[in-house]
Amino acid sequence: MTQGHPPASSHVATGLRRVGRRALSAEAVTAYLFILPSLIGFTVFYGYPAVRAVVISFTEWSLLRAPRPIGLENYERLLTDPLFWNAMKVTGLYVLYNIPVQTIIGLFMAVAMHRLTQSLAIRGVLVLPYLVSNVVVGLAFLWVLDPLLGTFNVILGWFGVPRQPFLGSPEQALVSIAGINIWRHMGFTALLFYAGLQAIPKELYEAGTIDGAGEWRLFRHISLPLLRPVMVFVLVTSVIGSFQIFDTIAVTTQGGPANATRAIVWYIYENAFQFFRMGYASALSVVLFLVLITVTILQMRFLQGSRSEME
Amino acid sequence: MGRTLARLPVGRVIGWLVLLTLVVITVLPFYVMLKTALSGPGTIFQQARSLLPLEATTVHFERVLGLLTPEEVRAAGGTGALVEFPRALRNTVFFTLTVVLGQVFFSAMAAYAFARLRFPGREVLFYAYLSALMIPHIVLFIPNFILIRDLGWLNTFQGMIAPFVLMTPFAVFFLRQFFLGIPVSLEEAAKLDGCSPFGTFWRIILPTSRTPLVTLGILTSIQAWNEFFWPFIVAREADVRVLTVALQSFQTSSAYGMPDWAGLMAATFLSIVPIFVLLIVLGRQVIASLQFSGLK
Repeated sequence: MTQGHPPASSHVATGLRRVGRRALSAEAVTAYLFILPSLIGFTVFYGYPAVRAVVISFTEWSLLRAPRPIGLENYERLLTDPLFWNAMKVTGLYVLYNIPVQTIIGLFMAVAMHRLTQSLAIRGVLVLPYLVSNVVVGLAFLWVLDPLLGTFNVILGWFGVPRQPFLGSPEQALVSIAGINIWRHMGFTALLFYAGLQAIPKELYEAGTIDGAGEWRLFRHISLPLLRPVMVFVLVTSVIGSFQIFDTIAVTTQGGPANATRAIVWYIYENAFQFFRMGYASALSVVLFLVLITVTILQMRFLQGSRSEME
Repeated sequence: MGRTLARLPVGRVIGWLVLLTLVVITVLPFYVMLKTALSGPGTIFQQARSLLPLEATTVHFERVLGLLTPEEVRAAGGTGALVEFPRALRNTVFFTLTVVLGQVFFSAMAAYAFARLRFPGREVLFYAYLSALMIPHIVLFIPNFILIRDLGWLNTFQGMIAPFVLMTPFAVFFLRQFFLGIPVSLEEAAKLDGCSPFGTFWRIILPTSRTPLVTLGILTSIQAWNEFFWPFIVAREADVRVLTVALQSFQTSSAYGMPDWAGLMAATFLSIVPIFVLLIVLGRQVIASLQFSGLK
């Protein structure tokens, strides 16, 4: 992240700041006017609700009458709520199915493109799934994975594999949703890795080739170590995104069958907007936020900790 | 023949094969969507095993766009649920345009102040904006829903647009990075010519930043066009709902019996045509924008 330091610039501004001790400088007034619309948007829809979410989490509130303060009760209840633990398990499994496969395929695609072709058309096609909405992707796969008429079952049939229920079965639904999102994100992940690879000087590869290194060694000793910053970024952001899986579930399984895809954000959504338990839903969302922060810190530490071993 | 093959580096051939396989896997669901949408009424069971649409027809596209009479729709296997499509399309266009214009303009104003002007509280505010990037949407959506409800804005355009139209932290951060790179001398010249601060912003900063503004515009349009979660919470009634919400509801409303797959796929396909167009017309810029979005 970039520092928010002002560009080291004019003495005029320092002078203005001195004047500004007494009254706001004209520049400051102008600045506040420029910021005003965004500040209203930020305060009303980011700052205030962030605080309010925590406040609501200490109440019981169905929206029908005034919120009733209940202290930590929502948090205590959550710890003994089997559906909360189920949601955490489902979400964790989903992240585990999704991230490694998506990252490895994305990395492979990027390296293949980097070494074989600059084609803009190929990149355009590969990133297409990422550009259409989760709803479109969900509907398309609901049809492609249809147990009776879906194309995927037809293809499996060519290889003698019997029809699979996919989204309709408790055993396969979560893996199917992970598969759908791997399909949607692999091209975008590849694009990010590809941008990282292009930033690596060509001479390194030329020198490596002259030394007789094959593709694998070029990848292992040049691409992979130099991609580390991109890798950290891709893993951190995709894990954060993956934890918040919602849209695909809303379109395909709605938490079912038998809780198999009731991931945490879907569970929060149900509590807030189907059962109108605003307090409990807010407590769940605060816990999700804390879990995400912890996971992110752990990831950063782990990814940076293994640096010395890589080099 | 054998010689040429032998001379081909095996690694490259395997690389190409896997890459092309991944391209086919990427395209396949879109193809199935189009094929289903073009299949003649009553061929839904047979078409599954066919590579091409059977009894190809555009009738499903026509009925989804509202070009057919109710009798014709029923004859084509339609249920009437998809008659909402044209209105949802208009709603999405309106939602996207408002959000993009508002968000890019107001975020640019804020970004300019953060990049160029000095005022007490600048650093604190900027970090506050940045830290908002880390809060999961669902945390904010619950209080925001309550606010919109208290304002009486549920199922209205204002309610749907409000959280996006004035700023997003990403937009401010993104534009500030670019504005920092514009030479200060340009503005100083304008100031000497008697240009007001807003005049400088309007006549100097915005025109010199056409590329980043277009980049942000592209990213924001795609996001707004695809936005689902927030409209799904606050605007589900037929007269305001956007395409994503409408498509989701067509799916869930067809729980009894078989969904109207041909119509549904026609609607879904139509909803992504603008994305195809954007990618074909502005391909290079879209891809550059996405690569850049990796920097957030």
